Amino acid sequence: MFEGLDALLLARAQFAFTVSFHFIFPAFSIGLASYLMVLEGLWLKTGKSLYLDLFKYWLKIFAVAFAMGVVSGIVMSYQFGTNWAVFSDRAGPVIGPLMAYEVLTAFFLEAGFLGVMLFGMEKVGRKIHFAATCMVAMGTFISAFWILSVNSWMQTPTGYEIGANGQFLPGPSWWAIVFNPSFPYRLVHTVIAAYLTTALAVGGVGAWHLLKDKGNAHARKMFSMAMWMAALVAPIQIFAGDAHGLNTLEHQPAKVMAMEGHYESHPDGAPLILFGIPDSEAGEVKYAVEIPKLSSLILKHDPNAPLAGLDTIPAEDHPPVGVVFWAFRVMVGIGFAMLGLGLWSLFARMRGKLYDWPLLHKAALVMGPSGFVAVIAGWFTTEVGRQPFTVYGLLRTADSASPLDAPAVAGSLIAFVVIYFAVFGMGTWYVLHLMGKAPRPHEFGVKRGMKGPIRTAGITPGPTQNPGHAERLPDSDPTDGAI
Amino acid sequence: MDLTILWAGIIAFAVFAYVVMDGFDLGIGVLFPTFKVGPERDMAMNSIAPVWDGNETWLVLGGGGLFAAFPLAYAVLLPATYPLVIAMLLGLVFRGVAFEFRWRDPGHRALWDAAFTGGSLVAAMAQGMILGAMLQGIEVANRAYAGSWFDWLTPYTLLTGIGTTAGYALLGSTWLIWKLEGPAQDHAFRLAFRAMLATGVLMAAVSLYNLFLRPEYRDKWLTAPEIVYTWPIPIMTAIAGVALWRAIARRREVAPFLLSLLLFLLGMAGLGLTMYPDVVPPDMTIWDAAAPHRSQVFMLVGVAITMPLIIAYTAWAYWVFRGKVGADGYH
Repeated sequence: MFEGLDALLLARAQFAFTVSFHFIFPAFSIGLASYLMVLEGLWLKTGKSLYLDLFKYWLKIFAVAFAMGVVSGIVMSYQFGTNWAVFSDRAGPVIGPLMAYEVLTAFFLEAGFLGVMLFGMEKVGRKIHFAATCMVAMGTFISAFWILSVNSWMQTPTGYEIGANGQFLPGPSWWAIVFNPSFPYRLVHTVIAAYLTTALAVGGVGAWHLLKDKGNAHARKMFSMAMWMAALVAPIQIFAGDAHGLNTLEHQPAKVMAMEGHYESHPDGAPLILFGIPDSEAGEVKYAVEIPKLSSLILKHDPNAPLAGLDTIPAEDHPPVGVVFWAFRVMVGIGFAMLGLGLWSLFARMRGKLYDWPLLHKAALVMGPSGFVAVIAGWFTTEVGRQPFTVYGLLRTADSASPLDAPAVAGSLIAFVVIYFAVFGMGTWYVLHLMGKAPRPHEFGVKRGMKGPIRTAGITPGPTQNPGHAERLPDSDPTDGAI
Repeated sequence: MDLTILWAGIIAFAVFAYVVMDGFDLGIGVLFPTFKVGPERDMAMNSIAPVWDGNETWLVLGGGGLFAAFPLAYAVLLPATYPLVIAMLLGLVFRGVAFEFRWRDPGHRALWDAAFTGGSLVAAMAQGMILGAMLQGIEVANRAYAGSWFDWLTPYTLLTGIGTTAGYALLGSTWLIWKLEGPAQDHAFRLAFRAMLATGVLMAAVSLYNLFLRPEYRDKWLTAPEIVYTWPIPIMTAIAGVALWRAIARRREVAPFLLSLLLFLLGMAGLGLTMYPDVVPPDMTIWDAAAPHRSQVFMLVGVAITMPLIIAYTAWAYWVFRGKVGADGYH
């Protein structure tokens, strides 16, 4: 089955598979943690139980998504060593410390306060609980900061020296390493992407429940909040993406050539290829639908500016054009669809039909998962566009892998594929099940025990109320586990 | 001050913190099937639900710290133990999601209970075997692993794997003595007694095996003047073992867990001393594998600032969930 596939390709496939799966969960939990922080903050400020209900509704979903993010993330932290040993040895002195900082400043913060956030509201009181929620949200952001710094350094390495043993060594300034040229753009673009992804998911859930009952106050609130995000943040994201693209053009021109499908140089104005089929053998985009001069206008702000193509770059340094070309179009297409949905919602709001326009709700429902597709597509664009290097221009992917034989990597890849689809497939099903239940007054939290699923399952009789907690918040859901 | 030695100490601390903190989580996973379905199992799991994620983070610090402070050791050790590392990671996937999924899906509770136990068992065995593979030595050439596929699978690594699993079971059962009450606690006492016997026998077996593993190890433990420094460890281990026995027999609630921690600390000190100054025996010392001075200093600043805070809020999280865990979560 794996004859003809070499260990390198298998290792790349394994990394791509595990990181793509992993990335879905943080993309959701970064945004969701902030959303939970906003909901709890609004509850504390206004005292409206509606916000507390929404907080508890989304907290249950957050718990499941976060658990999946944690376990798939640990895999990533070890996979550099298991499968990319040469890369780890060579780049470890530079990027290792950044990842250590991620653990020290982000992972411990998230993990340390998560338990209190999930289970501790009755134990620590509202204000400290809110502080714990803020810490978790801050942890997710700090985590993004460090890991994107590492990723950006691999794309645009600066601030290093080369040691006698071939290692990349830190230069005198860590600032130059952490704030490498592509990092600020990538950080802004990716974190906004996480917020948009969450907003679209929240909006999709709100729309689903509005379609079933347009009077549901909780569904109205979450839909309205999500549509504000789409309307306000999608345009910002398009500008951030444009700035990121210009930065890439400056530092990684081959990636932009692949994104644009520019095999040939255009000395007097390059066209924007909307669609087409890139053919790297022939060095051309077949059946191209293009707008003359627009690419030069976007990238150089001058319709007649010359734009170099892949013909100016040695063939052995070309990234795979097809993947980058298509992934980029998927991402951009979804971005504009999000903008469209946001504008539509503004129009509906103006006309007072935000909660009473089934077609809008259906569109929002369809767009619910679109953020996840967009972040994965964006990730493919930037990572595949970095090929054939791990450290751009300096260390080739082919020279980075561990000395492992193909069957060993094939075995682990199969194990990852089977187990990830089974386990995270079930997890996604649980998340969808939670999303399918209508949010309601006196929403239950995540605390679990005899009053929870077990009673529903009929194993033990219903317990009496806990006399010690007369005013306790209802925290376990008798129908919680009924799937 | 030699920062390389300091960093070896920091990594050793992270590994120790992981081993004892996730050790009791994994131990509870291994022992889980012996608890009755229903409140007993729910309480056992609820006793670690708020803290397991923080505990597991120490594993990321151990791995990430090794990557950062000793990149060459990271780049050699992980390919050398590839199947074990993959098995551990996948075991931790099952174990980790079981905490949430078990409550989301009572129809498949038995399945997720099995995933909890199976994942914990695989992770515990794999961790112990990785330790054994390190101690027995790893073949290195040209800054890369140069051994063959199954170097990690020997009677010695199986012994260290089983020993580690038994030790985790001891930590898990003594943690449950602390956190549970009534019949479930009685059960935990019985488990702790058996796990203590198994751990004691296996620790002794591994220690003896070490003497025959490499001449350097034997010299360290059996020739003067080194034995002045090394022998206090087995002597203190024996004392701690006797104290643990008495604490369990007298049905003390907190002491068995603390003494189990002490036992682990001494065991790890013994193994660390056996290996020192190698990070990957037989030939790679901590200085061979160390990151450059600038990397060490940069990270040290981070550790100095964050580690006291991490320990403080981790302690606070444990404090919030102090006391016995009731059938309905904490009370």
